[in-house]
Amino acid sequence: MSEGIGARVKRKEDKRFITGKGRYTDDIRMENQAYAAFVRSPHAHARVTGIDRSAAEGMEGVIAVLTGPELVADKIGNLICGWAVSSKDGSGMKMGPWSALATDKVRYAGDAVAVVIAETPAAARLAAEAVAVDYAELPAVVHADRALDPGAPQVHDVAPGNLIYDWEIGNEAATDAAIAGAHHVTRMEITNNRLSPNPMEPRSAVATFDEAEDHYTLYTTSQNPHVARLVLSAFYNVAPEHKLRVIAPDVGGGFGSKIYIYPEEIVCLWASMKTKRSVKWTADRSEAFLTDAHGRDHVSTATMGFDTSGRITGFKVETIANLGAYMSLFSSCVPTYLYATLLSGQYDIANIHCNVKAVYTNTVPVDAYRGAGRPEACYLIERMMETAAREMGMNPADLRRKNFITAFPHQTPVIMAYDAGDFGGNLDKALKAADVAGFAARKAEAARRGKLRGLGYSCYIEACGIAPSAAVGSLGAGVGLWESAEVRVNPVGTIEVLTGSHSHGQGHETTFAQVVADRFGLPIGNVQIVHGDTDKVQFGMGTYGSRSGAVGISAIVKALDKVEAKVKKIAAHVLEAAEADLVIEGGAVKVAGTDRQMAWHEVGLAAYTAHNLPAGMEPGLKEGAFYDPVNFTFPAGAYIAEVEVDPATGVTEVVRFTAADDFGTIINPMIVEGQVHGGVAQGIGQALLEEVVYSDDGQLVTGSFMDYAMPRADDVPFYTIEHNTTVCPNNPLGLKGCGEAGAIGAPPAVINAITDAIGTNDLAMPATPQRVWRAIRAARPAMAAE
Amino acid sequence: MYATTYHRPASVADAAKLLSGHAEAKVLAGGQTLLPTMKQHLAAPSDLIDIRRIPGLQGVSVANGALVIGAATAHADVARNAEVLRHAPALACLAAGIGDPAVRHMGTIGGSVANNDPAADYPSAVLALNATVVTNRREIAADDYFKGMFTTALGADEIITAIRVTPPKRAAYAKFANPASRYALVGVFVAETASGVRVAVTGAGSDGVFRHKGLEAALAASFTPEAVDKVKISADGLLSDIHAGADYRAHLIGVMARRAVAAA
Repeated sequence: MSEGIGARVKRKEDKRFITGKGRYTDDIRMENQAYAAFVRSPHAHARVTGIDRSAAEGMEGVIAVLTGPELVADKIGNLICGWAVSSKDGSGMKMGPWSALATDKVRYAGDAVAVVIAETPAAARLAAEAVAVDYAELPAVVHADRALDPGAPQVHDVAPGNLIYDWEIGNEAATDAAIAGAHHVTRMEITNNRLSPNPMEPRSAVATFDEAEDHYTLYTTSQNPHVARLVLSAFYNVAPEHKLRVIAPDVGGGFGSKIYIYPEEIVCLWASMKTKRSVKWTADRSEAFLTDAHGRDHVSTATMGFDTSGRITGFKVETIANLGAYMSLFSSCVPTYLYATLLSGQYDIANIHCNVKAVYTNTVPVDAYRGAGRPEACYLIERMMETAAREMGMNPADLRRKNFITAFPHQTPVIMAYDAGDFGGNLDKALKAADVAGFAARKAEAARRGKLRGLGYSCYIEACGIAPSAAVGSLGAGVGLWESAEVRVNPVGTIEVLTGSHSHGQGHETTFAQVVADRFGLPIGNVQIVHGDTDKVQFGMGTYGSRSGAVGISAIVKALDKVEAKVKKIAAHVLEAAEADLVIEGGAVKVAGTDRQMAWHEVGLAAYTAHNLPAGMEPGLKEGAFYDPVNFTFPAGAYIAEVEVDPATGVTEVVRFTAADDFGTIINPMIVEGQVHGGVAQGIGQALLEEVVYSDDGQLVTGSFMDYAMPRADDVPFYTIEHNTTVCPNNPLGLKGCGEAGAIGAPPAVINAITDAIGTNDLAMPATPQRVWRAIRAARPAMAAE
Repeated sequence: MYATTYHRPASVADAAKLLSGHAEAKVLAGGQTLLPTMKQHLAAPSDLIDIRRIPGLQGVSVANGALVIGAATAHADVARNAEVLRHAPALACLAAGIGDPAVRHMGTIGGSVANNDPAADYPSAVLALNATVVTNRREIAADDYFKGMFTTALGADEIITAIRVTPPKRAAYAKFANPASRYALVGVFVAETASGVRVAVTGAGSDGVFRHKGLEAALAASFTPEAVDKVKISADGLLSDIHAGADYRAHLIGVMARRAVAAA
């Protein structure tokens, strides 16, 4: 059907977005609202020895200047990490205290020590500059692989040596033995570069304390308003849940950075109570660079053993993961349960072992960012496979094929059990669409122009649809990861779906409506999706980890099942037919093989007038469901990047990018293509352009777009997108998810292509022109002299 | 932005009077450097003296065979101006590559030359073309004008009114852009002028734009890309930052010079 599953329906929400009528948190104006500006530490590491706010308090328009000790005295709790990860020796992770406003110590440049509340944003900002803070500077440590050095500056007293946990997965002895006995061993040292998420909309919060009701309302740029309410209530002691309403209106991109509840939201809520005014804060881009959780930042050593026919015998990884100055909400699981559990890749590997040491440094906290652990795993494996192929003189596609998992379900040695896939099929489609057969001729033609062409592969797999609650609970998660839905059929037949998912760019108002439209044959204009308000939707876990399809939609389908059951009971009664003879199609309930039917709106009316319902049936037509997934889902694909490198300058042009993805069932191909475009662009950004750089003393050097290079339209090619579908066997519609695949699969494809072009495996991300030029010189001095 | 007082004088003389009357005043043309700096609280001029609309400061004319470009002429206008395209197309090309369209429709040649950002494009053109900086008080030869990073020969109350360019025999500009800011990591302007071959490099020098005597000598002998290859370009005195080390910049100077010569 033209608006159902599989249809390229234009997005319903776009009307307000592209006409400037989106309603973002910064657009929210509360009566008589005041504005917050934060006083932030210029030092990466220092003791706070005094704060003099007298000058600031006397400035025009200033309502209050508030500090950490007052926050603590009002019993506002420290920020927490909600996933308990233990070390090998059984000890728990070392979670250092994180107060929303620093009290005795600041631990990264940007750490907030005070907040000014004023009548205008300008007045707040001016007064913030007038708050005089005395710091006793301390030496700082910024790099992941220096944090563990003996004598390194200690970020938290509770974490000696800056070690948060020393975690492992897999069988070390068996893996060591498998590698020791291997015919060929490939070894690489690989860094996954630190990134800043940079959603188009910076973070914002508007907090209002209603003194008459002792009730708080928070507008926030959140991917998960219910989680925000839970955490603000249970851990940060802002208010009991029933006295706290959290609303995430339109949110302009998140990529993970808006999952967490940051100091700013907590402080705005508390300040609203202190000043009895609504308090509004919106970051500018500089503040976003300085305070939004960063992503990635792993330093790893990887070793892979192969037998004589090229089959992997063992894979061993040691990783140091930089979590920054404080443990952010999900941070602990990203380099462990979302990372190491994907180290089997698409390959049948009997022995895997991974050790991860997470460390504190005097930098912005690091947490999940598009892909969250899976890009780090994929980058490792796919660079190893390509490099190993070159070392063994094998075609990189053939080496992968030799090792593909072909029988499903497949239990890996690292917890994940893959449900379904067709890795060979993905690769076949990619090879054809990328015209790999014609590459040699294109390479020769490029050489005549003085350019180096290269081809690179990436056969990625990821775990999405996070997650089965009991499973993650057993691994230390503090929450369950189910999803909720309530389907309300209104008396005149329109439908509202209340979902615990939250759209911050994914197009849920359209795709969720397509599912309902498909089920009952209704126009999607009759279906309204409601999300983002804890007063409207009872509870939900939010949107991240590509879960809204597999988990969010599955909850909707369960609720639709219940609605369908009741509809059929009502119609059977009214039409005096057997339920088994009824079908719902074209917006009506029909007795199969006859022309007897009840229009959809008649069913709704019947349910709510209750004049003629089956005996014992309650009036109304509203059904809810909670869906707890039984497994992760496993989108997978084959990406092929073709690049052209200018040896004179080191500039890389991505001339072709082919993606053959298996996302299971696809609801809206246009939206899915958009997700792939965006994800691949972010992946190319990581591979070629983006890197957060700190000076050795902890100053953020890449603090603006002058130095942090985001991909632009002319940095990326038109993509060739293919699909190969194996439905997910574990959820009603067979959905796997698609939002993060591009960011996961693209970086190794690009780097593999560049290293193929320039003839060396020694290249780090981002492969800036300078890096590539140096790599060429190191490998082939004569080539680079031009 | 801190509080400031905005003025829109009707003449250069009025503008100069305002400048000398307020010690912390700044001239505002396109604002493409000044306004972001003010927004970041890194500059706090007490007064802004907007000269962009003063009659006579915008537009291109030809006088005695020389191009006279008004100081308040936007980059986009230089890029498409018929006289510039006829007499010094390399200059039009350079202007077309500054920043992005939004920047090009506000930023001005006078602003760029007065600011002398070490990564700006125009200083290399002014220096290589041996242009004259015309102010409200005097005329300054290019070789006497650029004094170092963000430093020029301009006096406290001096306002650039025009840049005068004698059309070169041939010229071209090749720029290697910083992938983030798209400013010049290295920009080389090569010109064969009445007084000989001049090569000016921007983006690379730790003291701002400079002439490369070695390249000038080689190209004077043989104005060919091959002549550039024989010149050893030193990394001494070149900038090093996270985007490019001094040695890479030295290498790029050679590459961009070669490309400019090939295009001239």
